[in-house]
Amino acid sequence: MIELRQLRKVYANGVVALDGVDLSVREGEILGVLGRSGAGKSTLLRCVNLLERPTSGTVTVDGRELSALGRGELRAARQRIGMIHQHFALLSSRTVAGNAAFPLEIAGVPRDQRAARVRELLELVGLADKAAAVPAQLSGGQKQRVGIARALAAGPSVLLSDEATSALDPATTQSILALLRRLNTELGLTILLITHEMQVVKSICDSVAIMSDGRIEEAGRITDLIATPGAALTREIFPLPEPAPPGTVTVTFAGQADEPVMSSLVRKFDVDVNVLGGSLEELRGAPVGRLRVRIEGKGAADALGYLTGLGLLVEVA
Amino acid sequence: MNFEELLPILAQSTGETLQMVAMATLLTAVFGLPLGVLLVTADRGGLTPAPAFKAVLGAVVNIGRSLPFIVLMVAVIPFTRLVTGTTIGTVAAVVPLTLGAVPFFARLVETALRGVDREVVEAAQAMGARRLAIVGKVLLPESLPGLVAGLTVTIVALIGYSAMAGAIGGGGLGDLAVRYGYQRFDTGVMIITVVLLIVIVQFVQSLGDLVARRLDKK
Repeated sequence: MIELRQLRKVYANGVVALDGVDLSVREGEILGVLGRSGAGKSTLLRCVNLLERPTSGTVTVDGRELSALGRGELRAARQRIGMIHQHFALLSSRTVAGNAAFPLEIAGVPRDQRAARVRELLELVGLADKAAAVPAQLSGGQKQRVGIARALAAGPSVLLSDEATSALDPATTQSILALLRRLNTELGLTILLITHEMQVVKSICDSVAIMSDGRIEEAGRITDLIATPGAALTREIFPLPEPAPPGTVTVTFAGQADEPVMSSLVRKFDVDVNVLGGSLEELRGAPVGRLRVRIEGKGAADALGYLTGLGLLVEVA
Repeated sequence: MNFEELLPILAQSTGETLQMVAMATLLTAVFGLPLGVLLVTADRGGLTPAPAFKAVLGAVVNIGRSLPFIVLMVAVIPFTRLVTGTTIGTVAAVVPLTLGAVPFFARLVETALRGVDREVVEAAQAMGARRLAIVGKVLLPESLPGLVAGLTVTIVALIGYSAMAGAIGGGGLGDLAVRYGYQRFDTGVMIITVVLLIVIVQFVQSLGDLVARRLDKK
Protein backbone atom coordinates (compact mmCIF):
# COMPACT_ATOMS: atom_id res chain seq x y z
CA MET A 1 0.00 0.00 0.00
CA ILE A 2 2.91 2.30 0.82
CA GLU A 3 6.25 1.76 -0.90
CA LEU A 4 9.29 3.83 -0.04
CA ARG A 5 12.33 3.23 -2.23
CA GLN A 6 15.84 4.48 -1.51
CA LEU A 7 14.53 7.51 0.27
CA ARG A 8 17.13 10.10 1.15
CA LYS A 9 16.55 13.43 2.81
CA VAL A 10 19.38 15.85 3.34
CA TYR A 11 18.43 19.16 4.90
CA ALA A 12 19.91 22.45 3.79
CA ASN A 13 22.12 22.50 6.89
CA GLY A 14 23.71 19.21 5.80
CA VAL A 15 21.90 16.98 8.29
CA VAL A 16 21.12 13.61 6.74
CA ALA A 17 17.68 12.75 8.13
CA LEU A 18 17.03 9.77 5.88
CA ASP A 19 19.90 7.73 4.54
CA GLY A 20 18.47 5.37 1.96
CA VAL A 21 15.26 4.06 3.46
CA ASP A 22 13.31 1.18 1.91
CA LEU A 23 9.99 0.34 3.50
CA SER A 24 6.81 -1.44 2.44
CA VAL A 25 3.54 -1.23 4.28
CA ARG A 26 1.15 -3.98 3.24
CA GLU A 27 -2.51 -3.28 2.67
CA GLY A 28 -4.57 -3.56 5.85
CA GLU A 29 -1.66 -3.78 8.28
CA ILE A 30 -0.48 -1.52 11.05
CA LEU A 31 3.21 -0.81 10.74
CA GLY A 32 5.01 0.99 13.52
CA VAL A 33 8.27 2.84 12.93
CA LEU A 34 10.10 2.79 16.23
CA GLY A 35 13.05 4.95 17.07
CA ARG A 36 14.49 7.56 19.37
CA SER A 37 13.97 11.23 18.69
CA GLY A 38 16.30 12.35 15.93
CA ALA A 39 16.30 8.92 14.30
CA GLY A 40 14.52 10.35 11.26
CA LYS A 41 11.13 8.75 11.77
CA SER A 42 9.25 12.03 11.69
CA THR A 43 10.94 12.99 8.42
CA LEU A 44 10.10 9.54 7.09
CA LEU A 45 6.40 9.96 7.85
CA ARG A 46 6.30 13.47 6.41
CA CYS A 47 7.88 12.20 3.22
CA VAL A 48 4.98 9.80 2.69
CA ASN A 49 2.52 12.62 1.96
CA LEU A 50 5.32 14.87 0.75
CA LEU A 51 4.99 17.48 3.45
CA GLU A 52 8.71 16.98 3.21
CA ARG A 53 10.22 16.55 -0.25
CA PRO A 54 12.75 13.72 -0.25
CA THR A 55 16.11 14.65 -1.74
CA SER A 56 15.98 11.44 -3.75
CA GLY A 57 14.00 8.22 -3.89
CA THR A 58 10.38 7.43 -4.61
CA VAL A 59 7.18 7.39 -2.61
CA THR A 60 4.31 5.25 -3.86
CA VAL A 61 0.95 5.15 -2.11
CA ASP A 62 -1.90 2.96 -3.33
CA GLY A 63 -0.16 2.40 -6.64
CA ARG A 64 0.53 6.07 -7.42
CA GLU A 65 4.00 7.48 -7.31
CA LEU A 66 3.38 10.65 -5.32
CA SER A 67 6.90 11.93 -5.77
CA ALA A 68 6.20 12.21 -9.53
CA LEU A 69 2.90 14.11 -9.27
CA GLY A 70 2.29 17.77 -10.03
CA ARG A 71 0.87 20.16 -7.46
CA GLY A 72 -2.80 19.64 -8.32
CA GLU A 73 -2.54 15.86 -8.57
CA LEU A 74 -0.64 15.73 -5.30
CA ARG A 75 -3.44 17.68 -3.60
CA ALA A 76 -5.97 15.15 -4.85
CA ALA A 77 -3.78 12.26 -3.73
CA ARG A 78 -3.32 13.80 -0.29
CA GLN A 79 -7.08 13.83 0.20
CA ARG A 80 -6.87 10.03 0.17
CA ILE A 81 -4.24 9.95 2.93
CA GLY A 82 -5.38 10.76 6.45
CA MET A 83 -2.96 12.08 9.05
CA ILE A 84 -3.12 12.50 12.80
CA HIS A 85 -0.70 14.59 14.79
CA GLN A 86 1.02 14.55 18.16
CA HIS A 87 -0.55 17.85 19.24
CA PHE A 88 -3.80 17.14 17.40
CA ALA A 89 -3.51 20.18 15.08
CA LEU A 90 -7.20 21.04 15.38
CA LEU A 91 -8.64 24.37 14.33
CA SER A 92 -9.28 26.12 17.63
CA SER A 93 -11.83 28.46 16.07
CA ARG A 94 -14.05 25.62 14.86
CA THR A 95 -16.33 23.23 16.68
CA VAL A 96 -15.71 19.50 16.77
CA ALA A 97 -18.16 19.06 13.89
CA GLY A 98 -16.50 21.92 12.00
CA ASN A 99 -13.10 20.29 12.37
CA ALA A 100 -14.38 16.95 11.14
CA ALA A 101 -16.03 18.70 8.19
CA PHE A 102 -12.86 20.51 7.17
CA PRO A 103 -11.43 17.91 4.76
CA LEU A 104 -14.88 17.55 3.22
CA GLU A 105 -14.98 21.28 2.50
CA ILE A 106 -11.58 21.01 0.88
CA ALA A 107 -12.74 18.07 -1.19
CA GLY A 108 -15.77 20.08 -2.30
CA VAL A 109 -18.43 17.88 -0.72
CA PRO A 110 -21.83 19.68 -0.69
CA ARG A 111 -23.03 21.04 2.65
CA ASP A 112 -25.96 18.65 3.23
CA GLN A 113 -23.79 15.60 2.58
CA ARG A 114 -21.12 17.02 4.87
CA ALA A 115 -23.48 17.16 7.84
CA ALA A 116 -24.50 13.54 7.46
CA ARG A 117 -20.92 12.36 7.03
CA VAL A 118 -19.77 14.35 10.08
CA ARG A 119 -22.47 12.73 12.25
CA GLU A 120 -21.32 9.33 11.05
CA LEU A 121 -17.67 10.16 11.81
CA LEU A 122 -18.32 11.48 15.29
CA GLU A 123 -20.41 8.39 15.99
CA LEU A 124 -17.50 6.25 14.84
CA VAL A 125 -15.02 7.85 17.26
CA GLY A 126 -17.54 8.12 20.11
CA LEU A 127 -17.92 11.90 20.19
CA ALA A 128 -21.46 12.34 18.86
CA ASP A 129 -22.44 14.32 21.97
CA LYS A 130 -19.54 16.77 21.58
CA ALA A 131 -20.33 18.00 18.06
CA ALA A 132 -20.90 21.60 19.17
CA ALA A 133 -17.94 21.84 21.57
CA VAL A 134 -14.75 23.66 20.65
CA PRO A 135 -11.37 21.89 21.05
CA ALA A 136 -10.45 23.95 24.14
CA GLN A 137 -13.32 22.26 25.99
CA LEU A 138 -12.04 18.75 25.26
CA SER A 139 -9.56 16.46 26.99
CA GLY A 140 -6.45 15.31 25.15
CA GLY A 141 -7.97 11.96 24.29
CA GLN A 142 -11.12 13.59 22.95
CA LYS A 143 -9.04 15.98 20.86
CA GLN A 144 -7.22 13.07 19.29
CA ARG A 145 -10.56 11.41 18.56
CA VAL A 146 -11.55 14.55 16.69
CA GLY A 147 -8.22 14.36 14.89
CA ILE A 148 -9.00 10.79 13.90
CA ALA A 149 -12.53 11.66 12.76
CA ARG A 150 -11.07 14.45 10.65
CA ALA A 151 -8.38 12.21 9.20
CA LEU A 152 -11.01 9.69 8.14
CA ALA A 153 -13.52 12.21 6.78
CA ALA A 154 -12.58 11.94 3.14
CA GLY A 155 -12.49 8.13 3.29
CA PRO A 156 -8.73 7.59 3.01
CA SER A 157 -7.17 4.20 2.38
CA VAL A 158 -4.12 5.08 4.45
CA LEU A 159 -3.70 6.72 7.83
CA LEU A 160 -0.42 8.30 8.93
CA SER A 161 0.04 8.75 12.63
CA ASP A 162 2.72 11.14 13.87
CA GLU A 163 3.33 10.22 17.53
CA ALA A 164 -0.44 10.40 18.00
CA THR A 165 -0.39 9.17 21.58
CA SER A 166 2.82 10.77 22.83
CA ALA A 167 1.00 13.65 24.48
CA LEU A 168 -1.53 11.41 26.21
CA ASP A 169 -1.57 9.57 29.53
CA PRO A 170 -1.27 5.75 29.53
CA ALA A 171 -4.99 4.99 29.94
CA THR A 172 -5.97 7.44 27.19
CA THR A 173 -3.18 6.10 25.01
CA GLN A 174 -4.66 2.62 25.30
CA SER A 175 -8.13 3.81 24.35
CA ILE A 176 -6.82 5.67 21.30
CA LEU A 177 -4.76 2.65 20.27
CA ALA A 178 -7.83 0.44 20.67
CA LEU A 179 -9.75 2.83 18.43
CA LEU A 180 -7.02 2.71 15.77
CA ARG A 181 -7.01 -1.07 15.92
CA ARG A 182 -10.78 -1.15 15.54
CA LEU A 183 -10.66 1.18 12.53
CA ASN A 184 -7.95 -1.00 11.04
CA THR A 185 -10.13 -4.09 11.39
CA GLU A 186 -13.51 -2.59 10.54
CA LEU A 187 -12.50 -0.30 7.69
CA GLY A 188 -9.49 -2.24 6.46
CA LEU A 189 -7.47 0.92 7.02
CA THR A 190 -3.73 0.67 6.46
CA ILE A 191 -1.90 2.52 9.22
CA LEU A 192 1.69 3.76 9.25
CA LEU A 193 2.58 5.14 12.63
CA ILE A 194 5.73 6.48 14.14
CA THR A 195 6.42 6.28 17.83
CA HIS A 196 9.19 6.20 20.37
CA GLU A 197 7.09 4.03 22.67
CA MET A 198 7.55 0.27 22.52
CA GLN A 199 4.16 -0.02 24.23
CA VAL A 200 2.44 1.29 21.08
CA VAL A 201 4.19 -1.28 18.91
CA LYS A 202 3.39 -4.06 21.35
CA SER A 203 -0.29 -3.24 21.58
CA ILE A 204 -1.36 -2.68 18.01
CA CYS A 205 1.32 -3.17 15.38
CA ASP A 206 1.43 -6.10 12.97
CA SER A 207 4.81 -5.06 11.67
CA VAL A 208 7.61 -2.90 12.91
CA ALA A 209 10.54 -1.01 11.48
CA ILE A 210 13.29 -0.03 13.87
CA MET A 211 15.03 3.16 12.88
CA SER A 212 18.18 4.87 13.97
CA ASP A 213 20.43 7.46 12.34
CA GLY A 214 18.22 7.77 9.28
CA ARG A 215 18.34 4.08 8.48
CA ILE A 216 16.00 1.18 9.06
CA GLU A 217 17.86 -1.38 11.15
CA GLU A 218 15.32 -4.12 10.78
CA ALA A 219 11.78 -4.41 9.58
CA GLY A 220 9.18 -7.11 9.28
CA ARG A 221 6.21 -8.78 10.90
CA ILE A 222 6.63 -8.80 14.65
CA THR A 223 5.97 -12.52 14.90
CA ASP A 224 8.63 -13.18 12.25
CA LEU A 225 11.18 -10.91 13.89
CA ILE A 226 10.74 -12.52 17.26
CA ALA A 227 11.47 -15.90 15.66
CA THR A 228 14.68 -14.50 14.14
CA PRO A 229 17.91 -15.00 16.09
CA GLY A 230 19.56 -11.78 17.21
CA ALA A 231 16.65 -9.51 16.30
CA ALA A 232 17.00 -6.03 17.78
CA LEU A 233 13.24 -5.97 18.36
CA THR A 234 13.43 -8.96 20.70
CA ARG A 235 16.18 -7.32 22.72
CA GLU A 236 14.14 -4.10 22.90
CA ILE A 237 10.94 -5.79 24.01
CA PHE A 238 12.61 -8.18 26.44
CA PRO A 239 15.62 -6.44 27.87
CA LEU A 240 18.09 -8.90 29.35
CA PRO A 241 21.75 -8.22 30.12
CA GLU A 242 23.70 -8.24 26.84
CA PRO A 243 25.81 -9.93 25.76
CA ALA A 244 24.53 -13.12 27.30
CA PRO A 245 27.05 -14.70 29.70
CA PRO A 246 28.85 -17.76 28.26
CA GLY A 247 27.11 -21.04 28.91
CA THR A 248 23.65 -19.52 29.15
CA VAL A 249 20.72 -20.27 26.91
CA THR A 250 18.15 -17.66 25.88
CA VAL A 251 14.79 -19.03 24.88
CA THR A 252 12.18 -16.90 23.13
CA PHE A 253 8.70 -18.32 22.93
CA ALA A 254 5.52 -17.05 21.35
CA GLY A 255 2.15 -18.55 22.16
CA GLN A 256 3.47 -21.63 23.97
CA ALA A 257 3.72 -19.87 27.31
CA ASP A 258 0.97 -21.83 28.98
CA GLU A 259 2.78 -25.15 28.51
CA PRO A 260 4.99 -26.26 31.42
CA VAL A 261 8.04 -26.39 29.15
CA MET A 262 10.73 -25.97 31.77
CA SER A 263 9.39 -28.50 34.23
CA SER A 264 8.96 -31.13 31.52
CA LEU A 265 12.53 -30.39 30.50
CA VAL A 266 13.71 -31.21 34.00
CA ARG A 267 11.72 -34.42 34.13
CA LYS A 268 12.53 -35.70 30.66
CA PHE A 269 16.23 -34.99 30.46
CA ASP A 270 17.29 -35.04 34.07
CA VAL A 271 18.87 -31.59 33.93
CA ASP A 272 18.99 -28.67 36.31
CA VAL A 273 17.44 -25.52 34.98
CA ASN A 274 18.52 -22.32 36.64
CA VAL A 275 16.49 -19.28 35.60
CA LEU A 276 18.69 -16.17 35.37
CA GLY A 277 16.18 -13.72 34.06
CA GLY A 278 13.28 -13.26 31.77
CA SER A 279 10.10 -11.47 31.00
CA LEU A 280 6.70 -12.10 29.56
CA GLU A 281 4.79 -9.66 27.39
CA GLU A 282 1.51 -9.58 25.61
CA LEU A 283 1.86 -8.79 21.92
CA ARG A 284 -1.52 -8.07 20.39
CA GLY A 285 -3.11 -10.21 23.09
CA ALA A 286 -0.84 -13.25 22.69
CA PRO A 287 1.75 -14.05 25.36
CA VAL A 288 5.35 -13.86 24.22
CA GLY A 289 8.29 -14.33 26.50
CA ARG A 290 12.02 -14.53 26.70
CA LEU A 291 13.83 -16.53 29.31
CA ARG A 292 17.54 -16.78 30.06
CA VAL A 293 18.51 -20.01 31.73
CA ARG A 294 21.51 -22.16 32.52
CA ILE A 295 20.90 -25.82 31.77
CA GLU A 296 23.23 -28.25 33.48
CA GLY A 297 23.45 -32.05 33.43
CA LYS A 298 24.33 -34.68 30.89
CA GLY A 299 21.03 -34.35 29.07
CA ALA A 300 21.63 -30.68 28.34
CA ALA A 301 22.31 -31.09 24.62
CA ASP A 302 19.19 -33.20 24.15
CA ALA A 303 17.20 -30.70 26.16
CA LEU A 304 18.20 -27.91 23.76
CA GLY A 305 17.19 -30.06 20.82
CA TYR A 306 13.85 -30.67 22.48
CA LEU A 307 13.26 -26.94 22.94
CA THR A 308 14.16 -26.19 19.34
CA GLY A 309 11.85 -29.00 18.28
CA LEU A 310 8.99 -27.28 20.11
CA GLY A 311 9.42 -24.32 17.77
CA LEU A 312 11.10 -22.07 20.32
CA LEU A 313 13.94 -19.80 19.38
CA VAL A 314 16.98 -21.09 21.27
CA GLU A 315 20.13 -19.01 21.39
CA VAL A 316 23.17 -20.50 23.10
CA ALA A 317 25.83 -18.08 24.28
CA MET B 1 -17.66 80.93 23.32
CA ASN B 2 -20.80 79.78 25.04
CA PHE B 3 -22.21 76.29 24.90
CA GLU B 4 -24.99 77.02 22.36
CA GLU B 5 -22.42 78.32 19.89
CA LEU B 6 -20.03 75.50 20.56
CA LEU B 7 -22.41 72.57 20.27
CA PRO B 8 -22.95 72.58 16.48
CA ILE B 9 -19.24 73.10 15.88
CA LEU B 10 -18.43 70.29 18.26
CA ALA B 11 -20.94 67.99 16.60
CA GLN B 12 -19.58 68.77 13.16
CA SER B 13 -15.98 68.24 14.22
CA THR B 14 -16.79 64.94 15.90
CA GLY B 15 -18.63 63.87 12.77
CA GLU B 16 -15.62 64.75 10.63
CA THR B 17 -13.27 62.83 12.88
CA LEU B 18 -15.50 59.77 12.85
CA GLN B 19 -15.93 60.01 9.09
CA MET B 20 -12.19 60.27 8.45
CA VAL B 21 -11.41 57.45 10.82
CA ALA B 22 -14.19 55.20 9.51
CA MET B 23 -13.20 55.63 5.86
CA ALA B 24 -9.49 55.26 6.59
CA THR B 25 -10.15 52.16 8.73
CA LEU B 26 -12.11 50.51 5.97
CA LEU B 27 -9.43 51.21 3.36
CA THR B 28 -6.67 50.21 5.75
CA ALA B 29 -8.35 46.86 6.34
CA VAL B 30 -8.87 46.34 2.62
CA PHE B 31 -5.21 47.01 1.73
CA GLY B 32 -3.45 46.11 4.96
CA LEU B 33 -4.91 42.62 5.38
CA PRO B 34 -3.68 41.20 2.05
CA LEU B 35 -0.36 42.96 2.58
CA GLY B 36 0.02 41.33 5.99
CA VAL B 37 -0.92 37.93 4.53
CA LEU B 38 1.71 38.34 1.81
CA LEU B 39 4.34 39.24 4.39
CA VAL B 40 3.70 35.83 5.98
CA THR B 41 3.12 33.61 2.95
CA ALA B 42 6.07 34.99 0.96
CA ASP B 43 8.43 33.93 3.71
CA ARG B 44 11.05 31.29 3.13
CA GLY B 45 9.16 28.19 4.21
CA GLY B 46 5.82 29.98 3.83
CA LEU B 47 2.91 28.94 1.63
CA THR B 48 4.20 30.81 -1.42
CA PRO B 49 7.91 31.31 -0.74
CA ALA B 50 9.30 34.38 -2.51
CA PRO B 51 12.16 35.72 -0.36
CA ALA B 52 13.16 38.52 -2.77
CA PHE B 53 9.58 39.77 -3.08
CA LYS B 54 9.18 39.55 0.67
CA ALA B 55 12.37 41.59 1.22
CA VAL B 56 11.12 44.36 -1.07
CA LEU B 57 7.68 44.29 0.51
CA GLY B 58 9.17 44.41 3.99
CA ALA B 59 11.37 47.37 3.04
CA VAL B 60 8.41 49.31 1.61
CA VAL B 61 6.39 48.65 4.73
CA ASN B 62 9.29 49.77 6.92
CA ILE B 63 9.67 53.00 4.95
CA GLY B 64 5.98 53.69 5.47
CA ARG B 65 6.36 52.95 9.15
CA SER B 66 9.43 55.08 9.68
CA LEU B 67 7.95 58.35 8.37
CA PRO B 68 6.36 60.51 11.07
CA PHE B 69 2.73 60.96 10.09
CA ILE B 70 2.98 64.70 9.78
CA VAL B 71 5.84 64.33 7.28
CA LEU B 72 4.08 61.60 5.34
CA MET B 73 0.98 63.74 5.13
CA VAL B 74 2.83 66.60 3.51
CA ALA B 75 5.00 64.35 1.36
CA VAL B 76 2.03 62.61 -0.28
CA ILE B 77 0.16 65.81 -1.13
CA PRO B 78 0.67 65.33 -4.91
CA PHE B 79 -0.66 61.79 -4.65
CA THR B 80 -3.62 62.97 -2.59
CA ARG B 81 -4.44 65.54 -5.27
CA LEU B 82 -4.19 62.85 -7.93
CA VAL B 83 -6.61 60.56 -6.11
CA THR B 84 -9.17 62.99 -4.70
CA GLY B 85 -8.65 66.07 -6.84
CA THR B 86 -8.06 68.18 -3.76
CA THR B 87 -5.72 68.38 -0.79
CA ILE B 88 -8.10 70.02 1.64
CA GLY B 89 -10.98 68.50 3.56
CA THR B 90 -12.04 65.32 5.20
CA VAL B 91 -11.97 63.12 2.11
CA ALA B 92 -8.51 64.36 1.13
CA ALA B 93 -7.29 63.56 4.65
CA VAL B 94 -8.33 59.93 4.21
CA VAL B 95 -5.53 59.39 1.68
CA PRO B 96 -2.57 60.11 3.99
CA LEU B 97 -4.41 58.48 6.89
CA THR B 98 -4.76 55.26 4.91
CA LEU B 99 -1.18 55.38 3.64
CA GLY B 100 0.06 55.87 7.18
CA ALA B 101 -2.06 53.10 8.69
CA VAL B 102 -1.70 50.37 6.04
CA PRO B 103 1.94 49.45 6.85
CA PHE B 104 1.19 49.68 10.55
CA PHE B 105 -1.80 47.36 10.28
CA ALA B 106 0.02 45.03 7.87
CA ARG B 107 2.71 44.41 10.49
CA LEU B 108 0.07 43.68 13.11
CA VAL B 109 -1.64 41.25 10.70
CA GLU B 110 1.72 39.61 10.09
CA THR B 111 2.27 39.14 13.82
CA ALA B 112 -1.24 37.74 14.33
CA LEU B 113 -0.85 35.25 11.46
CA ARG B 114 2.52 34.09 12.73
CA GLY B 115 0.79 33.11 15.95
CA VAL B 116 -1.13 30.37 14.11
CA ASP B 117 0.18 26.93 15.00
CA ARG B 118 2.46 25.62 12.25
CA GLU B 119 1.17 22.09 12.79
CA VAL B 120 -2.37 23.24 11.97
CA VAL B 121 -1.23 24.74 8.66
CA GLU B 122 0.60 21.52 7.87
CA ALA B 123 -2.45 19.49 8.76
CA ALA B 124 -4.40 21.47 6.14
CA GLN B 125 -1.62 20.92 3.60
CA ALA B 126 -1.67 17.21 4.39
CA MET B 127 -5.41 17.21 3.61
CA GLY B 128 -4.69 18.57 0.17
CA ALA B 129 -5.98 22.11 0.79
CA ARG B 130 -5.24 24.81 -1.79
CA ARG B 131 -3.11 27.68 -0.58
CA LEU B 132 -6.00 30.11 -0.86
CA ALA B 133 -8.12 27.73 1.25
CA ILE B 134 -5.36 27.60 3.84
CA VAL B 135 -5.35 31.40 4.06
CA GLY B 136 -9.15 31.66 4.10
CA LYS B 137 -10.02 28.65 6.24
CA VAL B 138 -7.01 28.33 8.53
CA LEU B 139 -4.79 31.40 8.83
CA LEU B 140 -7.44 34.11 8.97
CA PRO B 141 -10.09 32.35 11.13
CA GLU B 142 -7.46 31.03 13.54
CA SER B 143 -5.91 34.47 14.02
CA LEU B 144 -9.20 36.40 14.08
CA PRO B 145 -8.94 37.52 17.72
CA GLY B 146 -5.45 38.86 17.01
CA LEU B 147 -6.64 40.56 13.83
CA VAL B 148 -9.45 42.30 15.70
CA ALA B 149 -7.02 43.42 18.40
CA GLY B 150 -4.68 44.72 15.67
CA LEU B 151 -7.49 46.59 13.94
CA THR B 152 -8.48 48.15 17.26
CA VAL B 153 -4.96 49.44 17.84
CA THR B 154 -4.95 50.73 14.26
CA ILE B 155 -8.23 52.62 14.76
CA VAL B 156 -6.85 54.25 17.90
CA ALA B 157 -3.73 55.27 15.97
CA LEU B 158 -5.94 56.62 13.18
CA ILE B 159 -7.84 58.76 15.67
CA GLY B 160 -4.50 60.21 16.70
CA TYR B 161 -3.39 60.74 13.08
CA SER B 162 -6.74 62.31 12.23
CA ALA B 163 -6.08 65.08 14.75
CA MET B 164 -2.89 65.89 12.84
CA ALA B 165 -4.75 65.77 9.54
CA GLY B 166 -6.74 68.65 10.90
CA ALA B 167 -3.62 70.76 10.64
CA ILE B 168 -3.73 70.57 6.83
CA GLY B 169 -7.40 71.28 6.59
CA GLY B 170 -8.86 67.89 7.27
CA GLY B 171 -11.19 69.20 9.91
CA GLY B 172 -12.19 67.14 12.90
CA LEU B 173 -11.65 67.41 16.63
CA GLY B 174 -7.92 67.97 16.37
CA ASP B 175 -8.50 70.92 14.09
CA LEU B 176 -11.08 72.30 16.54
CA ALA B 177 -8.68 71.98 19.47
CA VAL B 178 -5.92 73.77 17.60
CA ARG B 179 -8.03 76.60 16.17
CA TYR B 180 -10.19 77.37 19.18
CA GLY B 181 -8.39 75.88 22.14
CA TYR B 182 -4.84 76.86 21.17
CA GLN B 183 -5.00 79.82 18.79
CA ARG B 184 -7.93 81.55 20.57
CA PHE B 185 -6.83 80.52 24.07
CA ASP B 186 -10.25 78.96 24.70
CA THR B 187 -9.37 76.49 27.46
CA GLY B 188 -12.98 75.27 27.67
CA VAL B 189 -12.97 74.08 24.05
CA MET B 190 -9.57 72.51 24.56
CA ILE B 191 -10.78 70.51 27.56
CA ILE B 192 -13.98 69.41 25.85
CA THR B 193 -12.20 68.16 22.72
CA VAL B 194 -9.59 66.35 24.75
CA VAL B 195 -12.28 64.67 26.84
CA LEU B 196 -14.20 63.73 23.69
CA LEU B 197 -11.11 62.19 22.11
CA ILE B 198 -10.40 60.23 25.28
CA VAL B 199 -14.00 58.96 25.38
CA ILE B 200 -13.89 57.89 21.73
CA VAL B 201 -10.57 56.07 22.15
CA GLN B 202 -11.76 54.36 25.33
CA PHE B 203 -14.93 53.26 23.61
CA VAL B 204 -13.13 51.88 20.57
CA GLN B 205 -10.57 50.05 22.69
CA SER B 206 -13.19 48.51 25.01
CA LEU B 207 -15.34 47.41 22.09
CA GLY B 208 -12.33 45.92 20.32
CA ASP B 209 -11.25 44.06 23.46
CA LEU B 210 -14.75 42.70 23.93
CA VAL B 211 -15.05 41.44 20.36
CA ALA B 212 -11.56 39.92 20.43
CA ARG B 213 -12.38 38.13 23.67
CA ARG B 214 -15.65 36.79 22.29
CA LEU B 215 -13.89 35.44 19.21
CA ASP B 216 -11.13 33.74 21.16
CA LYS B 217 -12.06 30.06 21.49
CA LYS B 218 -8.74 28.94 22.90
